[in-house]
Amino acid sequence: MLSYLIKRLLYLIPVLFGVSVLVFGIMHLAPGDPAQVILGPKATAQSLAKLRAELGLDQPVYKQYLNWMANVLQGDWGRSIQMKREVLPLVAGRFLNTLVLTLFAALLAISVGLLAGIVSATRQYSVFDRVSMVGALVGFCLPVFWLGIILQFIFGLKLNMLPVSGMHSPGHSGFADMLPFIILPAIALSAEPAAVIARMTRSSILEVIRQDYIRTARAKGLSQGGTIWHHALKNALIPVVTVVGMQIGYLLAGAVLVEMVFSWPGIGTLMVNGIIARDFPLVQGIILLVSTSYVLVNLLVDILYTYLDPRITYD
Amino acid sequence: MSSTGSEIAVKPQGTAQRTKTRELWRRLKKDKFAVAGGIVLLTVIILGIAAPLLTSYNPYDAVLDQRLLPPGTGGHLLGTDQMGRDLLTRLFYGARISVMVGFVAVAIALFFGIIVGLFAGYYGGLVDTIFMRGIDILMAFPYVLLAIAIIAALGPGLFQAMIAIAIVGIPYYARIVRGTVLSLREKEFVEAEKALGAGNLRIIFKHILPNTMAPIIVAATLDVGWMIIAAAGLSFLGLGAQPPTAEWGVMLSEGRNFLRVAPWVSIFPGLCIFIVVLSLNLLGDGLRDALDPRLKE
Repeated sequence: MLSYLIKRLLYLIPVLFGVSVLVFGIMHLAPGDPAQVILGPKATAQSLAKLRAELGLDQPVYKQYLNWMANVLQGDWGRSIQMKREVLPLVAGRFLNTLVLTLFAALLAISVGLLAGIVSATRQYSVFDRVSMVGALVGFCLPVFWLGIILQFIFGLKLNMLPVSGMHSPGHSGFADMLPFIILPAIALSAEPAAVIARMTRSSILEVIRQDYIRTARAKGLSQGGTIWHHALKNALIPVVTVVGMQIGYLLAGAVLVEMVFSWPGIGTLMVNGIIARDFPLVQGIILLVSTSYVLVNLLVDILYTYLDPRITYD
Repeated sequence: MSSTGSEIAVKPQGTAQRTKTRELWRRLKKDKFAVAGGIVLLTVIILGIAAPLLTSYNPYDAVLDQRLLPPGTGGHLLGTDQMGRDLLTRLFYGARISVMVGFVAVAIALFFGIIVGLFAGYYGGLVDTIFMRGIDILMAFPYVLLAIAIIAALGPGLFQAMIAIAIVGIPYYARIVRGTVLSLREKEFVEAEKALGAGNLRIIFKHILPNTMAPIIVAATLDVGWMIIAAAGLSFLGLGAQPPTAEWGVMLSEGRNFLRVAPWVSIFPGLCIFIVVLSLNLLGDGLRDALDPRLKE
């Protein structure tokens, strides 16, 4: 296990290096001169040249990358052109809001998906099974941003039950105040992962409960619930964990869209505004932070496999 | 002599292929959900192509005294939008763009994904390492986020959005093809071709590629729906197609500002995306079951 962990951590180095090169490269491929963006269209050639030298833009690309990387590793992620603030604290604060939303949606998706999948599998071809699988198909095909708008319209504008935008009431903060604000965005964001998890859990349990050892457990007098809980679930969960891991990427990306619908103050709104304003240091910082987190989450998912299935040794 | 030999080899293969296709079609026809999905998809495509024949309205002509008319009023079956444009007309024209973007993006992703997967899988070693580490890096980004990052570089626009989501799709196909090629390259027919002196490129494109098509067709069918949603999502964010383009994502985004007074402006474009994606999924699931009936529960 330890050697696997070390191997995986070492493997992260080239991946993260590649990610950093790609992020840096993408921003340098962008048409237009960052100095021009900062100083505006009326800037003189002299002031542009001065700023380029200050930003190091007159140096060879590899040197620019090395300087940028050295600064990133020391916590200096540059300054947002548009917001005139340090990128790292700005992005980190907003990323926390995105993580809260993502976490809520993930918990909702996992609970609903697992429950629907387990009940559907144990009552195959029942009304519940058919309804939940049609629901899963619908959830899978719904565009997240459209579902968000529909929820806003029904529960916010028509029924006036829940707030439709923001994260807190004006002048308030804290978890209790946030709770009504997060319900609709979390439901919108969780629909697709819940659908995928439900379908995967159902087919995975159906496969496992046909195995001999499950039949033996039942023959020995164990109840159906006990068999599922003690014997089938752990084995059935292995492919489900894979799917949950894959959904993390969807949740992070989907959060960008949901945040725009519900004006959730996360990285989504910050990034879209940054792209439109061509605020490269900000966009670069967001992409670097999210992709690094994503790589780390995938590592955690891989480690979770070894807990669920001790047969996996990764040698 | 050799040409006669290859003709002899090709003829039964061609017949077998035709029988296989017929069998696939027979199984697909039996799946009523897949057939329904196919019919709906075909209908949407036809409606998009025949849009000028189906409506007398122009999708871009603003009629300001007919703004936000509810469905069924003033000769507008689905009502009008904030500029007084007929919503149904814009949905017809929008079908052309939204569905086309999905198919073209998948075609681009397929082309490059197949090339990378074929070469990485067939040659192995250093070629495989280089290609697949590149793919690993692309996969280190959450899907839509990479597309957004690419648009950050290229600038917002429909074409840029299409390229961005196509690039995001490449790793998916590369991995599927590589996996299939890894098992195919050890097969007897590849060994036989090598023994007959066939070149690597001939083996790759003439013998291995056709055998990788079954999983690719299923994956691509299912992926078109995802690409349509992704492209509409980018337009919704203001990073893809730009107003006043009659694209479903743009229409949905524009209608959001009038949700309280005119919900239909947002509801109908979203419904169109949902219906197309649902039909593609039904068709894709049907194709998968038809290609490998063992997968059917």
